[in-house]
Amino acid sequence: MLSQIIYALPFLAEGFAVTLWVSLLVVVLSLIAGVLMGVGLVYGPFPLRWAVRIFSDTIRGIPILVLIFFVYYGLPAVGLHLESFWAAVFALTLFKTAQVVEYLRGAVGSIPKGQSEAAMAIGLTFRQRLVYVIFPQAFRRFLPPWINGVTDAVKGSALVSLLGITDLMQAINQVIGRTYEAMPLYILGALVYFAVNYALSLASRRLERRFSFIRE
Amino acid sequence: MSNASHQNPALLDVTEVSKAFGSVEVLRSVSLQVTRGEVVTIIGPSGSGKTTLLRCVNFLESYDSGSIRIDGKEVGYRETGTRQRRSERDLAAMRAETGMVFQSFNLFPHLTAAGNIMLGLRKVRGKSNAEARTIAEHWLGRVGLAHKADSLPAELSGGQQQRVGIARAVAMEPKILLLDEITSALDPELVGEVLEVVRSLAEDGMTMLMVTHEMAFARDASSRIVFMADGGVSAVGPPAEILAAGFDNERLRSFLARFRASHF
Repeated sequence: MLSQIIYALPFLAEGFAVTLWVSLLVVVLSLIAGVLMGVGLVYGPFPLRWAVRIFSDTIRGIPILVLIFFVYYGLPAVGLHLESFWAAVFALTLFKTAQVVEYLRGAVGSIPKGQSEAAMAIGLTFRQRLVYVIFPQAFRRFLPPWINGVTDAVKGSALVSLLGITDLMQAINQVIGRTYEAMPLYILGALVYFAVNYALSLASRRLERRFSFIRE
Repeated sequence: MSNASHQNPALLDVTEVSKAFGSVEVLRSVSLQVTRGEVVTIIGPSGSGKTTLLRCVNFLESYDSGSIRIDGKEVGYRETGTRQRRSERDLAAMRAETGMVFQSFNLFPHLTAAGNIMLGLRKVRGKSNAEARTIAEHWLGRVGLAHKADSLPAELSGGQQQRVGIARAVAMEPKILLLDEITSALDPELVGEVLEVVRSLAEDGMTMLMVTHEMAFARDASSRIVFMADGGVSAVGPPAEILAAGFDNERLRSFLARFRASHF
């Protein structure tokens, strides 16, 4: 059993790198898009709020697997051909963005209105109010669900194997295809996913403690 | 009075301002002038539009018609005659000229007492960190909290928080200070320390427009008292006149009678 694992490690390492790369791209891109759209949802004019609301509700109502297949197999019909890797990243990012929008709305919505007013009263512009007053306070409430979402993204990235991308999951399957020893490899794979996510949630707990001094 | 204001044009000039929330008229053609160095107190029953008026002065609330000018400059709307809302940058710059102190303090909980005061100085006034710190410490000293510069709001009493709130507003050197029922959320024994700060600012010549239920304070500290009822200005005059028992205004007399009955 040990020998099989040692045989598998180089293949898995390559797959693991792809998993991390997909996760990182999805997490960073969805954070940027989600925060921008979330700000639009909370503060934007009516048409923008409406557009973001529809986007978020629609995307969150679709299974992520359907979204991946839709982007990869469906979009070429309207002329958008994406390589399997980018199709997967795009679909996962759409999905995650819709979640980030909701985390941001919840976190920003929990800040009392008086905070914005006090910030206005000293002459801060909209952008300054967000950066110096609202976001630092909202961060503490944004963080726990967002880190949860990051671990979901790492786990969800396993779905890219369905488009033939050799991530950790696909690498495991390929090794099993050669060795016919499923159990040790699935356990190994599970441990790797678990290690990444456990490290993330530990980091999250430390960050939360770091910001717990903010009381209302 | 009209002669005096002619020589010394009003710093704050509110002219026939009206505002409705849906079908409820909260301000009905309100006019009010405050000259430089004056302390004007607005009193009146709840729902009379006092706070809304105050919030229109720094455009935390928009108004439907009329005009509000500070130092001759129209608040909130562009002076093109078309009632076009000013740009975000313009509004921010105008708001920096009016200080506001809130009933619920609204200190920034993630910043220290000094940090609360320094934020506007640095980001709006463009002061360096060191300059802002010096100014913050000066004002914290003025409100008797020099030793609390590095405390977070949650570590301060209500009275202390409100004194920081005042310091945050005046440190920006506003042309006029707006005080919105600033002692209403305080325990009675903490009211005095906050009013003392306001009194000392008045002595320094700070122009103030305040809404308060502290009648004794209004009487002692104000140059004039404005009585509002049903969204309109019902009476204006020097405190001794307005608060005198025989003033010829039925609404005002019954407001004061009810007020005395509930507070003494």
